Amino acid sequence: MPETTVILDATAIQRALTRIAHEIAERNENGAEVVLVGIPTGGVPLAQRLGKILAEIWKHAVPTGSLDVSMHRDDLDQRAAPKIHPTLMPFDVNGKTVVLVDDVLFSGRTIRAALDALNDFGRPKKIQLAVLIDRGHRDLPIRADFVGKNTPTALDEKISLRLVESGAAQDEVLLKKQ
Amino acid sequence: MSWTRKHLLDIESLTADEIMIVLDTARAFKAVGQRAIKKVPALRGKTVVNLFVEPSTRTRISFELAEQRLSADIINFSTEASSFKKGETLKDTALNLQALNADFIVIRHSASGAPHFLSRVLEAHVINAGDGAHEHPTQALLDTFTVRERKGKIAGLNVTILGDILYSRVARSNIWALTKLGAKVTLCGPSTLVPKTFEQMGCRVTHDVDEAIRDADIINLLRIQHERQRKTMFPSINEYTQLFGLNKARLARTKPDALVMHPGPINRGVEIDSEIADCDRSLILEQVTNGLAVRMAVLFLLNGGKGPQGVAGN
Repeated sequence: MPETTVILDATAIQRALTRIAHEIAERNENGAEVVLVGIPTGGVPLAQRLGKILAEIWKHAVPTGSLDVSMHRDDLDQRAAPKIHPTLMPFDVNGKTVVLVDDVLFSGRTIRAALDALNDFGRPKKIQLAVLIDRGHRDLPIRADFVGKNTPTALDEKISLRLVESGAAQDEVLLKKQ
Repeated sequence: MSWTRKHLLDIESLTADEIMIVLDTARAFKAVGQRAIKKVPALRGKTVVNLFVEPSTRTRISFELAEQRLSADIINFSTEASSFKKGETLKDTALNLQALNADFIVIRHSASGAPHFLSRVLEAHVINAGDGAHEHPTQALLDTFTVRERKGKIAGLNVTILGDILYSRVARSNIWALTKLGAKVTLCGPSTLVPKTFEQMGCRVTHDVDEAIRDADIINLLRIQHERQRKTMFPSINEYTQLFGLNKARLARTKPDALVMHPGPINRGVEIDSEIADCDRSLILEQVTNGLAVRMAVLFLLNGGKGPQGVAGN
C-alpha cells in the first residue's frame, strides 16, 4: 500500500526558494553576471520563481532559460526514449555564472548530462547548482551549492514536486513509499 | 505514451500517436540544428550502416548527417562498390554487417519488403529508407512535420498529391500518415499513374488538376519516376507538363495560402515551373532541413530500450 507524506507545503517551498535566492545573491556579488537555467520539467518553474525573487534583491531582471538534458543522458539505450522538452537559452553563457536549477538531486546523472549539454552553448565562467530537495544516493561526485531541504530517503521511495505552474491545485513536495 | 518500436519499417503499421511522438521529438532536434554546436552524444558508441542497394543522394546524405550529428559511427555501403556485384544475397550482406556489431541498418532497396525481411533476420534496428514502390516512411514523416510546422495542424487540411502515384513510395507513405492524422487527401495525375484503386486507401482520386488543387492547403508534387516505369504511361513529357505541371497560372487559381511541396529531385519545367520552385510558397528546401531533424528523431527514438520512459532526476 503506497503511503504518501507531504515533506514541503506551499509556504515551506516559497521560504526555501527565498533562502536559496539570498544565498545565490550572497555568493555572487555581481548579479549582472548570473543567469538561471532550469532543467525540465521541475527545474524550469523553480528557476523562474528564483529569478523573480533575485530580481527584487538585485533590482534588475535575471535572465532565465531551460535546458533539456535528454540527448546527453548516459542511459538512453536502457529505457524507452525520453520525451524531449524545449531548450530555451535566450542569452550567451560565455563568461557568465550559470546557476542550474533542478527539483530533486538524486543520482547526479541528470546534472552530469546538464553540464555536458551546457558545454554546447559556450563556456560559462562558473556553474553552480541549486536544488529544492537533496535526497542523497549519489552515483557521481556531484553536490549542490544551494539546497532547499535535505531529505534522507530509501531507494524505493519517490519524491514528486507539484507546482501550480504545472497545473497542480497547490504547491507541495510529496514523498511516496512504494 | 512512449515509443516502443524497435524498427521503422513503414507508416501503415504506426498509430497516429506514434507519428506525433516522432514529430514532437523532431521539433527538439530541429532546434539542435540551429545551435552553434549541432552535435549531441545520444548515439555515441553506436554503429549505423547505411545500406543503399538502390541509388540515392539526398536521403543518404540526410541520414548520414543525422547519424553524425547524433555522434554515431557510420559505415556506408552502396551498390556501386559492393559484394552485391559478386552475387552475395541481401541476407548474407546484412548478416556480415551485423557480425561487425552494427546497431542500426538503414536500408534503401528496389524490392518492396526488403526492410521487413531484414528486420526478421537481424538483431539490429532496421530503418526503411525507401523500399521499391512500397513505402518511404521518413519522407512522409518529414512531409507531415513540415505541414504541421507551417499550418499548425494536420487534421482537416486538404492535401493534394499530384504526379506519379502508382510508382511512388512517397505517395503511399504520405497517404498513410496524412489520413491517420485526419487530413483529406486528393490524388491527381494521368489515369494510368493514378488508378481509382487508391480510393481504397481513403483518398479522393481525380484526373482534373485544376479541380484537384482548387481547395488544397498543400500541393505535394511528385516526380515522374522513369526508372520504375516498364512502359510509357503517358504520351510525352511535354503533354504531362501541359496537363499536370504546376505553373504560375495554375497556382494563381488555388487558395492564396496554399503551399507547394516536392520530395526532390525536382525536374524544373516538367512537374514544376522554375519560378514556383523558388517562390515563397515553396517548402522544398524546408523539407530538406526538416528531413534531417526527423531522421535524428527516428534514430533517437529507436535507440531507446525497453522499460519506463520516466528519466527525471528521481
